[in-house]
Amino acid sequence: MKFLSIFAALICALGLATAVSAQQGPLRITIEEGIIQPLPFAVPDFQAETGEAGQLAGDLARVIAADLQGTGVFREIPNSAYIAQYDDFNAPVSFPDWKAINAQALVTGAVSVSGNNVNVKFRVYDVVSGTNLGEGLQFSGTTDGWRRMAHKVADEVYSRITGEGGYFDSRVVYVSETGPKDDRKKRLAIMDYDGANVSYLTDSNAIVLAPRFSPSGDRVLYTSYESGFPRIYVLDIGSVQQRVLESAEGTMSFAPRFSPSGNTVVFSISQGGNTDIYSMDIGSGQSVRLTNTPAIETAPSYNPDGSQIVFESDRSGTPQLYIMSASGGEARRISFGEGRYGTPVWSPRGDLVAFTKQHAGRFHIGVMRTDGSEERLLTASFLDEGPTWSPNGRVIMFTRETQGEGGASSLYSVDITGRVLRQVNTPEGGSDPSWSPLQQ
Amino acid sequence: MKFLPMSLLVAAVALSACTNPNRFGNDDALSTPANPAGTAGLNGIVPGSANDPTSTAYFNQTVGDRVLFLIDQSTLTAEGRSTLDGQAGWLMTNSDYQAIIEGHADEQGTREYNLALGARRANAVREYLLSKGVPASRLRVVSYGKERPIEICSNEACYAKNRRAVTVLAGGQTS
Repeated sequence: MKFLSIFAALICALGLATAVSAQQGPLRITIEEGIIQPLPFAVPDFQAETGEAGQLAGDLARVIAADLQGTGVFREIPNSAYIAQYDDFNAPVSFPDWKAINAQALVTGAVSVSGNNVNVKFRVYDVVSGTNLGEGLQFSGTTDGWRRMAHKVADEVYSRITGEGGYFDSRVVYVSETGPKDDRKKRLAIMDYDGANVSYLTDSNAIVLAPRFSPSGDRVLYTSYESGFPRIYVLDIGSVQQRVLESAEGTMSFAPRFSPSGNTVVFSISQGGNTDIYSMDIGSGQSVRLTNTPAIETAPSYNPDGSQIVFESDRSGTPQLYIMSASGGEARRISFGEGRYGTPVWSPRGDLVAFTKQHAGRFHIGVMRTDGSEERLLTASFLDEGPTWSPNGRVIMFTRETQGEGGASSLYSVDITGRVLRQVNTPEGGSDPSWSPLQQ
Repeated sequence: MKFLPMSLLVAAVALSACTNPNRFGNDDALSTPANPAGTAGLNGIVPGSANDPTSTAYFNQTVGDRVLFLIDQSTLTAEGRSTLDGQAGWLMTNSDYQAIIEGHADEQGTREYNLALGARRANAVREYLLSKGVPASRLRVVSYGKERPIEICSNEACYAKNRRAVTVLAGGQTS
């Protein structure tokens, strides 16, 4: 299976003579809310060290540039503007030529191909001070894993300049959709975060909903109507084997998510018309009831240390967001704005909760602090829902559905400043994305 | 034990010869006036068609297989209760049938909330049918949330029809 091909990530520092890299360049951009000036950078095509590497030399640079450009934090200077010729990884960099076109960061690299193996080297420069930004690194992998190598380079560049973890070497599991609204076919799909390398994990014989990655990215929880009733399944991505989780006759279960340990699932059970939240130990199948009210309680999501759960309840009369202990008990309401709130998701950094908000006939993706303060709406459309966080907590992917008889779903992403909104290209329609952790 | 009207018994016997009696919702039958049980002779009744009062088609079209709900509500309307009175009576008479009650929501609302709302609606119908004497063992519920709209426009005319609970018959003479 192609998407499985384990990428033997061999990372080692290049023995650079200029190992005075303890000298940290001053190049740093801090990601904050409000307007920031994107940092201009250049990524010339890598040097092809072997004849077979010619194609990859350009492709790697393009993927790295697209990753960085897509963050909104960086702005690529097109190679048509270049003054300097780049064709030798080990030649001294002519900083004035890069300064002249206003590049502040420069990424150079070299690639060699031998049979199935690819070796990629790169360096990051602070053009303004004319210094290396960190050490040069090299990665080894296989030819079919070349995009992952590009993403790893981009993650390194992003981390060195922003001081934060990257998110490019990650995957997204989602529901691929075809057909009209009244005959929609759905199947689980998995892809790279940028929409490349799509493969399908189920067929579309039964409705499937809301896949959720495990914390280590090896398994996916999802809801399927395979039995005729909504039930929760766990699918092993490596073997594509699935099994249904225990559930009592006459009940429906849905809205599952893993705990940070990956051993527990929190989810909803509907029984006798009432929907409450339960947690279940995956190994033993033992479940514990966490809420017990006549209201709808659903869409639970753990905080990063697994001690608390944010969820949605209409106990006040309209759906609102609440936080309770992971063992249940008293919950405190955190959403107090106008409108209806749903699908809260705790950010991997722990600082924010992303949610869906429905107000005055529009849907929004928004974020608020975990005490409910500083609510900010990032999007607005006929129907936006179901946020999922990038591994570094800086970007949110979600479902956008268009209006009317031809209405269709697609995946979008938005950064947490709300400035950078873009559609994620998928071969078919898409909904219910779930972002993996960074790959190892 | 309830005694069936003679005409229904005869129809049931006629149906038993049919291999797949409850499979055919004959749309053409919609254009002919429904044939209320017991008021007309058996001549001309096609077993399994909408004028066979023991058929699924008759249940769906004449009794009415669905009730509609107001926005974000799962309370039965007066019209809904009247339809369910008919469903309960029919189910008590045609005791071979099981039913699955499907709860649905319109597209306004998140996927998870709508699943829970559909479950409330399906359960409201189940509770009502139970209160009219239909045995619990014959009724199951499922929610489809907003996954299975029948109308696809994005305005109230369509939403009103999508906010529904549909009693889908299963079993019958072949079960």
